[in-house]
Amino acid sequence: MDDTSDASQPPRIRAPRPTREWKPAPPKSAKGLATAALGVVAILIAVGLLTASTVRDGLASVGFEEGWATAGLFGIVAVFLLLFVPALKGFSCASRADRTAKIDVAEARAETAAAREQSWLAIGYTAAAAIVLIFGLFLVANEVAVGRTFFDLSLIFETFHLVGKAFWVNIEIFVIAEILVLIWGLVIAVARLAPGRAGAPVRLIATAYVDLFRGLPAIIAIYLVGFGLPLTDLPILRDMTPTMFAILALTLTYGAYVSEVYRSGIESVHWSQTAAARSLGFSHTQTLRFVVVPQAVRRIIPPLLNDFISLQKDTALVSVIGTVDAFNQAKIIASNHFNLSSVTTVAVLFVLITIPQARLVDRLIERDQKRMRAGG
Amino acid sequence: MALVEIRDVRKSYGGVVPVLNGITLDVEEHQVVCLIGPSGCGKSTLLRCINGLETIDGGEIRLHGDRVSGPGVDQDALRRDVGIVFQSFNLFPHMSVLDNITAAPVKVLGQSKAEAKERAMELLARIRLDQKAGEFPDRLSGGQQQRVAIVRALAMDPIVLLLDEITSALDPELVSEVLDIVRDLRSEGMTMVLATHEMGFAREVSSKVCFLYGGVVHEEGPPSQIFSDPRDERTRAFLQRIIEAGRL
Repeated sequence: MDDTSDASQPPRIRAPRPTREWKPAPPKSAKGLATAALGVVAILIAVGLLTASTVRDGLASVGFEEGWATAGLFGIVAVFLLLFVPALKGFSCASRADRTAKIDVAEARAETAAAREQSWLAIGYTAAAAIVLIFGLFLVANEVAVGRTFFDLSLIFETFHLVGKAFWVNIEIFVIAEILVLIWGLVIAVARLAPGRAGAPVRLIATAYVDLFRGLPAIIAIYLVGFGLPLTDLPILRDMTPTMFAILALTLTYGAYVSEVYRSGIESVHWSQTAAARSLGFSHTQTLRFVVVPQAVRRIIPPLLNDFISLQKDTALVSVIGTVDAFNQAKIIASNHFNLSSVTTVAVLFVLITIPQARLVDRLIERDQKRMRAGG
Repeated sequence: MALVEIRDVRKSYGGVVPVLNGITLDVEEHQVVCLIGPSGCGKSTLLRCINGLETIDGGEIRLHGDRVSGPGVDQDALRRDVGIVFQSFNLFPHMSVLDNITAAPVKVLGQSKAEAKERAMELLARIRLDQKAGEFPDRLSGGQQQRVAIVRALAMDPIVLLLDEITSALDPELVSEVLDIVRDLRSEGMTMVLATHEMGFAREVSSKVCFLYGGVVHEEGPPSQIFSDPRDERTRAFLQRIIEAGRL
């Protein structure tokens, strides 16, 4: 750069920015979407009418012919007619938007937004109704074959007391196993966190245990424990019932999983909490007991509950060692009647016990989050 | 003999990152010693070494003439007598304010619950937080949390109190309520070592100011001398930057 020429030139002033014009763009027409919404609703109703008459014929074929049932079936289809309300609203909003686009852009925008909202509402509900319809069709297909195989109501009511009673065995197994797992898992987790060089062998054994039982399928653990240990004829072991072996096998397996949950919970507590506790003179064990574990336990409730739900479901595996639990009982009934409805009962029972647990945990988490938002 | 004698203390992280490169420092009883210096100069590490939260690689630390660094030292016993307050408060979020304060006296010193509670309420009344004894830490402002953290350390009746940048995580308007407690403690003769960026406060309360740089004490002396007539070039440069930032 040349200094002299630079100094001789007048200081450069940036030209002011040119004012850009802003033209409001008219909204894109929602007419196509609204037409599509009308179309899917119409198709749904057509398919619904077809299904309703098929179901009526299917019911008639199993000797079930009642006026109210028919009315109910077609009533459901009549409910589908309500979907025309948002679909038509959407269509009229879209046409109004197209008319006003040239006159009042703001008005047209609002109408288009309303048209889109109404059209999507119609489409969304139509999709949901379609899924219900397909499931209904599946049930009644082939002269209600599916319905009769899985949902034979008379068989379900007839055998419910047997299955229900056997389900207590599952409940007994998982309640006892869960309590044992809570304790055993924590023992393993603390062992894996044993400090210093002296703790190394303890850490090694605990890690080996977790690796082994996390990799071992639960069904094999149950099989080996349930059939193998009685053969050893060792004192105590030879006097245990199959149910006790099932509890032992599930505790060993889930203890490994839960110890990992505990460990991740313990490690998620910020090290500054440990520093604060140690600085007050707490020992390693006291720090774990009074500061780290209480905070960890609150955080691990959701993963812990997931593991518990899987444990509850895996109690159905104990049928391999001959324990008569709900699933085993249901299988016996199923083979006697050549019909799986009693197994459906077990399935429903398992689902029913997990739902309240999930809701309970949601509430616990919410409460805890409210109380310690600042958590370390 | 000084209350705390720090002799040629060396410390590195992982054997590769040197933090303390031979620190020598005496803290007399009833003294308030302020450690100042740029970030990463080793102030916090030094405090953490004094109460054994970090192990040192060389040199030694003595408390009342008794060596408290190196192998074979009962660190739990040392920490009972040397309190520390952290920059981020580190209150236990699952305990109420009262339990935060009484936990250590009860579990570590074996005081009865009633005795610990009485002492805790007395201390809380002093910082005007006795109304908050039942609250959980997240319901308190940062300043209130830090005051509770100080009281938690005091409940152990420490011989020395270490304060590690206790106002750095606070909103400016909450700083003074915490510093007031430190002033109070000073007037009672509590021996304290502070790592701080509050130069005005350091100038006001300290008996001795130490300027740390690169893990070494570059200059130490009474605050009047360090702040108005720093002899070391690095101290001058550091204070110059503080003044330019409008913090002194």
